[in-house]
Amino acid sequence: MITLTENAAKHVQSYIAKRGKGVGLRVGVRTSGCSGMAYKLEFADALNPGDLEFESRGVKLIVDPKSLPYLQGTELDYSREGLNEGFKFRNPNVKDECGCGESFNV
Amino acid sequence: MALLQISEPGMSPAPHEHRLAVGIDLGTTNSLVATVRSGGATVLPDAQGRPLLPSIVRYLSHEKVQVGYAAQAHQADDPKNTIVSVKRFMGRGVKDVDHVQNAPYDFVDAPGMLQLRTAGGVKSPVEVSAEILKVLRQRAELALGGTLSGAVVTVPAYFDDAQRQATKDAGRIAGLNVLRLLNEPTAAAIAYGLDNASEGIFAVYDLGGGTFDLSILKLTKGVFEVVATSGDSMLGGDDFDQRVFCWVVEQAQLAPLSPRDMRLLLVRAREAKEYLTVHGEASISAKLSTGEFVDLTLDTETFCRITQTLVHKTLGPVRKAIRDAGLEVNDIQGVVMVGGATRMPQIQRAVAEFFKRDPLNNLDPDKVVALGAAMQANVLAGNKPQGEDWLLLDVIPLSLGVETMGGLVEKIIPRNTTIPAGRAQEFTTFKDGQTGMSFHVVQGERELVSDCRSLARFELKGIPPMAAGAARVRVTYQVDADGLLSVAARESTTGAEASVTVKPSYGLGDADIERMLRDSFSHAREDVHARALAEARVDGQRLVEATRSALAADAQLLSAEEKLDIERPMAALEKALGASDHRAIKQAIDALNRATEPFAERRMDAGIRRALAGKKIGSL
Repeated sequence: MITLTENAAKHVQSYIAKRGKGVGLRVGVRTSGCSGMAYKLEFADALNPGDLEFESRGVKLIVDPKSLPYLQGTELDYSREGLNEGFKFRNPNVKDECGCGESFNV
Repeated sequence: MALLQISEPGMSPAPHEHRLAVGIDLGTTNSLVATVRSGGATVLPDAQGRPLLPSIVRYLSHEKVQVGYAAQAHQADDPKNTIVSVKRFMGRGVKDVDHVQNAPYDFVDAPGMLQLRTAGGVKSPVEVSAEILKVLRQRAELALGGTLSGAVVTVPAYFDDAQRQATKDAGRIAGLNVLRLLNEPTAAAIAYGLDNASEGIFAVYDLGGGTFDLSILKLTKGVFEVVATSGDSMLGGDDFDQRVFCWVVEQAQLAPLSPRDMRLLLVRAREAKEYLTVHGEASISAKLSTGEFVDLTLDTETFCRITQTLVHKTLGPVRKAIRDAGLEVNDIQGVVMVGGATRMPQIQRAVAEFFKRDPLNNLDPDKVVALGAAMQANVLAGNKPQGEDWLLLDVIPLSLGVETMGGLVEKIIPRNTTIPAGRAQEFTTFKDGQTGMSFHVVQGERELVSDCRSLARFELKGIPPMAAGAARVRVTYQVDADGLLSVAARESTTGAEASVTVKPSYGLGDADIERMLRDSFSHAREDVHARALAEARVDGQRLVEATRSALAADAQLLSAEEKLDIERPMAALEKALGASDHRAIKQAIDALNRATEPFAERRMDAGIRRALAGKKIGSL
């Protein structure tokens, strides 16, 4: 199960609307980075075979089956830090992150 | 932890490898920075939420510089050290700047570009612009949470090589990797998504603070082409302020003003102008340092009347661009409004009337250029999937050519050619045994070098001595995507090469461009004569040269009388060359040609005899 905060859902919906196409938001992980894994956050134009779908606050979230174990229980938030703003993964599976938080380990 | 943005499918960046790219509209009055995040272009505001950064820099000392609103606050009380509208000085000399006496700065006329003496030392416009860019870069890096990988900076379509180079230099000084300079109107068209239509011809009417640009864009199968650009770099919203300012001075019958009062009244004039966009009348009140009070009311009607000539002045370049593109008003399918000054109702009305259609104005005219630049930067930085990026073509504002014998211009790349562009042409030597050639690169529409703008000179040496006209020298003109020119010359037999990159130290003012364009139309007939004359002179000189060297080589083939028969028409031709009647020169050339015919035959015979002498028939 993966969920969105209300703020995150609002932003995702407006970005998809602005983009004019897309069936949902794809989240995932891939191996790379200084701590082993990195998040994937992309618009989804199509589903791949085996993809899992979740619905959270009106947004369709798409996850590939390999990523799910690393993301189970994650809440995606949108926040603002100073001038910067963007999405944040609140992932209970993470043991440690690299300094900047762009990659992590489970 | 880091804040993430949504990427296009399959385009998620690796950690620490974000390709953060921004678009920067470095404007005369205001500057902006924008980026594409999570699929949409947005302008990045400062910490107080303000999207615009006034393009104003104030030097307090060698260490302390204020930029933007902080500097703007001191416009009136510290005019000498507070530089506004610095874009007007980019790549310019003091004499290129209009109203120089009205500008409250301490100008230093340096070779190439003027400089300004301030409390922070003598500064060039490039350095001043770099201060603005630096603030925008910092703002973007804070907002995006990382170092920028690149930026697209916009320039008026009319900027010449010197002004573009100055802009690029400013970017470099500010620590930006300038991916590309983009014409402002082109950026606006991108922001409006005009590239999503399949076909169409659009006009972009951009009346900014200090510059007016009109571009005609043509879309074919999603490919953008700027088919014509035109404009006036000395016309903008500032001029409307100036008109109101003059009206105030006249109405209040003010004595000559101190720089401080002048600035104060200009600020009041601008406020009144902006107020009149949505209101019927504006009050202008100020207390001058002389103790005088100004208290006036400006109504819409008066405002329209005193600025009517300015509004009208924008339509000239509009007509010219349409004519240049070989189009008619009815061919234009949409008009994009850019620049804060287009908010003025009288402008909207005039444009709607001229094009017989309502202009596109639903995006903020102050932001469109930055938004389009951000979209372009996003593509250039590689954040868009393959196949989704558009091709963007810009044009050369004035023809690029080379000087040929007789002070004539041979155009290599004509005006309005789309860039990047490359053209080559072959040239040859003029004299026997000539081992060097000097090239003079010029820009302009006129037929004579003296009427065009000199961009660079260089020399090609090491041409093997050959008869006149035998050497083949290939001259290549290459204009890159930023509109910067490099010229190379190569002699084909030896491969001797020389080249120059035109980084003109001194710009061709936009006013110059306009004047030169106007001249090229009004002097067309004169130019035809001048060209005919110059060409006749070159032909004549070449013939005299050839005859003389033939006489020197083979005089023994002629009797004294025969020699005189050649020397007489030769003297006549030389005399005709000194006058300026191209027909007389042509006649003298013909006469000399006729007179030398028997001599030429005899030389040829002698040549064959010499070649054959001592050889057996069988060996031939």
